[in-house]
Formats: sequence, C-alpha cells, structure tokens
Amino acid sequence: MTQAEQNPVFQLRGSMLAVTVLELEHNDLERLDWQLAAKVERAPQFFSNTPLVLALDRLPPESSELNLAALMQLCRKHGLCPLGLRATHPAHLEAAYRLNLPILPGMGAQPKTRPLPPSDESSAPKPAPPLEPVYKPARIINQPIRGGQQVYTQGDLIVLAPVSPGAELLADGNIHVYAPLRGRALAGIKGNTSAQIFCKQLAAEMLSIAGCYKVAEDLRRHPLWGEATQISLEGDTLNLRPL
Amino acid sequence: MAKIIVVTSGKGGVGKTTTSASIGTGLALRGYKTVIIDFDVGLRNLDLIMGCERRVVYDFVNVIQEDATLAQALIKDKRLENLYVLAASQTRDKDALTTEGVERVISELASNFDFVICDSPAGIEKGAHLAMYFADEAIVVTNPEVSSVRDSDRMLGLLASKSRRAELGLEPIKERLLLTRYSPDRVEKGEMLGVEDVEEILSIRLLGVIPESKSVLKASNQGIPVILDDESDAGQAYSDAVDRLLGKDVEHRFLDVKKHGFLQRIFGGRE
Ligand SMILES: Nc1ncnc2c1ncn2[C@@H]1O[C@H](COP(=O)(O)OP(=O)(O)OP(=O)(O)O)[C@@H](O)[C@H]1O
Ligand SMILES: [Mg+2]
Repeated sequence: MTQAEQNPVFQLRGSMLAVTVLELEHNDLERLDWQLAAKVERAPQFFSNTPLVLALDRLPPESSELNLAALMQLCRKHGLCPLGLRATHPAHLEAAYRLNLPILPGMGAQPKTRPLPPSDESSAPKPAPPLEPVYKPARIINQPIRGGQQVYTQGDLIVLAPVSPGAELLADGNIHVYAPLRGRALAGIKGNTSAQIFCKQLAAEMLSIAGCYKVAEDLRRHPLWGEATQISLEGDTLNLRPL
Repeated sequence: MAKIIVVTSGKGGVGKTTTSASIGTGLALRGYKTVIIDFDVGLRNLDLIMGCERRVVYDFVNVIQEDATLAQALIKDKRLENLYVLAASQTRDKDALTTEGVERVISELASNFDFVICDSPAGIEKGAHLAMYFADEAIVVTNPEVSSVRDSDRMLGLLASKSRRAELGLEPIKERLLLTRYSPDRVEKGEMLGVEDVEEILSIRLLGVIPESKSVLKASNQGIPVILDDESDAGQAYSDAVDRLLGKDVEHRFLDVKKHGFLQRIFGGRE
C-alpha cells in the first residue's frame, strides 16, 4: 500500500446533537395533521426543515398497524424532517427497515438493532431504491439582510448585498457573501463538514461550519479581518484563508 | 393619489417629529397639498412643534373610531394654505389604532392630498408598524452613533418584509437616509460616525444631513418648524432635503468642520 492510500479519507467523531423528539401518543394521523397545522401557524420559524426524531415507543401496544410512510409524509408536509425512529414494537421496526429509516436508542434503553430482513424474498415488498441525491439550486439574495432577519436555505446561499450585524444566514451547504459580512453565517448546519463560507469583507459576529464556530472576539484579531476571506473546517477548527 | 411617506427610525429621540414637521412644511411651501399625521398616540408632540396645539379638537383616534370626520379633525396650518396636521390623541394608548382604521383614514387622505407624511413613534411595536405599513417611501432618521444605526438597520429590515408593499409583493418601499444631529467637529474627533460610515453600513440613498443646531430647539419652543428659519443651517439643510425628495440634484452641505476664527485657532477654544 502506498503512503497516499494509507492516508485516512475520513474521521469518525462522536457528537451530541440536540434534536426535537415528536412522541406520538395516539395512532390518529388525522388529528395529528390538524394539531401540527395549528402549531405551524403559531411558530412558522420552527417548522422549516426542522430535524426530528419520531418516537413511537409510547403508542399503546395495539397501534401496530400505524402507517409509517403516511406519518413521515405528514411530518414533511409541516416542515419537519424525521431523521430516525425511536420504537420497540416489531411491526414498527420492520416498517422502519423497509423505509430505510434508522432506529435510534430509546430513553435510557440500548440501541435497537434492525430486525433481520424477512427471509421470504417474494412475499416481502421490495425495499425502495436508494434516493438519488436531489439537486438543490442555490438561493440568491440581492437585497441587504438587516439586523433581526434570518435566512435559511437547504442548499447554498449566495448574498450579493451587505449582511448587517444582528442578521443570521443559515445554510445546509456553502455561504457566499459578495459584500461585507457583518452578521452571523452558519454553513453546513446539518453537519456537512465540507461546507465553506466565502465573503468579500470579513466583519462577522460569528462564523460556524457544521457546529464549529468562531465569534467576533476571536475573528477581530485575525489578520484577515476586513478582508476577502474563505473559511473552511479543518479538523474541528475553522481555517481562514485570503480569497 | 398622494405619496405616503413614513418618517421612522426605531430609536427614540433622534429627530423624527422635527423632520416630519419640516419636510411636511417644505413640501407645502413648494405648492404641494400636504398632511402630517402624528402616530405617536399617547404622547402628542407634532402639534407642539407645528404650533397648533391650542387648536386640537378631534384627533387621529377620534377619526379611526368614527367619533369625528376627517374634515373635523384636520387642523389647517396658520401659515401655509395647503398644509394640515392630524394630531395624536393624548388620552388613548396605542391599541386604539387598528390596521383597518388606519387604512381607511390614509386612503381617504390619499385621494385629497399630494403627500401624506406619517410621523412614526419610536420602537418597532404596533404604532411604528402601522405608521410604516401603508408607506410608499420611508425617510429613515438616524443619528451618527452606533445604537441609532443599528435600530435604523432593524427598521429597514421591517420595511422590506413587514410592510403592505412587501406582503403584496409590490415594488418595495423607497428607502432614504436622513442623518440628523450631525456634528462635523465630533466626527473629526472620532466621537461620532461619519456620513460615509453610516451610508456604508445602511447602504441606502442619502436624502440629507441635518447639522446639530441650537436653532432646532429654539424653533420647536416657538412652534415653528425649523425649515421656516432660513437663516439657520438646520433649516437650510431641511430645505435641500425637500428638494432632493422632489427629485432635484442638490449638493450636500454642512458636512465639513467649520473654519475656526483666528483667535480660536491660536488658543484652541471650543466652539
Ligand atoms: N438637528 C438637530 N439639532 C439639535 N437638536 C435636535 C436636532 N434634531 C432634533 N433635535 C432635538 O432632539 C430632540 C428629539 O427630537 P424629536 O422629538 O424630533 O425626535 P423624535 O425622533 O420624534 O422623538 P420620539 O422618538 O420621542 O418621537 C428634541 O429635543 C429636538 O429639539
Ligand atoms: Mg416624535
């Protein structure tokens, strides 16, 4: 093996993730639908692609016939993105397996392993083909983003006007600011460590990539403060380079 | 149809009412039929600065609650033929203003006037929101200091997202910066932000720079909008701003440090 082949291409890191859990108490999707709708009305900010764990382990035992696919669809409809399932009922575990949905450990319980795939291939429904990565066009913003405003996008975010102190940019992908960046910029917020931030003039209150951050207090002392800068994540520290 | 202009800031005490009175008076002086509305329900300031406080019978809230007609509540200016004031109520609180009520009053005014000037209260709460909600243009009054600039920035975000124009997806509110209480001496000493700094941070068009001037307080104590004092630098600066508002290209004045007299230069005395 050459040296290059031995260089690791990845690292595994443990991390604590604070995530909302939706604990289902009744198998009543219709009621869930309108109750979620009411919540969204009150807090629309919260319900925009919010990652979520679905907990089915509090459902009464007779709820085995729960339609998991419909439940997932309902969550997505209201802006919630289920990351995985907390469940104990074998019927739920099997449904999760068919939908390729990870099973997460319950409250204080051991992680549940997946049930064995059904042995009779012909009787089991075919697992859905793996999802093709979907192309998410960048969101482009031409107006200044002012203090108190927050912009989130699932793909890349491109801003062509100043970002004020007190404004917040959030993206699952990269963030480009072709103007002074005076607010906060959080790239790769769903954990994408290869996300980067580019700005024409670094004056940010905070920069963050996949949860690793630097605040203005540290940034101010950097020689690139006020300059065109590219920010990437190396290990678990932010690396600043001139653009 | 009138142009609806809100005079707003976020931060309090920066010169919104002084500006509303002078800009409104300046427009009327140039022949435009103008009304200035005081949205600062509970405080009532505009009528004092306009010198019509003793003639207030009905106010904005009375019209909204249909206790009086607009014709009864509009106070005609005693100096200018085509200038009117709609005073705020001193005895009510901000909840007396409703979106429907404000809309009805503004649209009735809009069909009878050339300009409707809305003097916003400070803050970003209901009163300030209603003052800007129906606006076509905004004059963002800012003092050359960090906290005022921040609040103006916040207000610009609301103008761009929470106004009627924004909600209906119409052409956005035209935003203009009016820098008031500007003191070139203090800018030079680094005690205040300079015009370029504020312009750069807020990145909107500059309508004018009004110098810090004793003539402002003197004028408001007499109930005469300072724009009518054409001897004063603040009055002249407001005049220029009105011309720019009407599309004229007027060079900015009062941006440089005053040349000190010979004795002051030798002894370094204060101005
Ligand atoms: N250019 C100026 N030079 C000196 N003093 C000024 C100037 N402009 C405003 N002032 C003074 O600042 C004070 C506040 O002005 P004004 O009432 O117009 O502010 P405002 O923004 O309407 O306040 P509020 O937020 O309370 O409604 C007044 O005492 C006024 O005389
Ligand atoms: Mg006022």
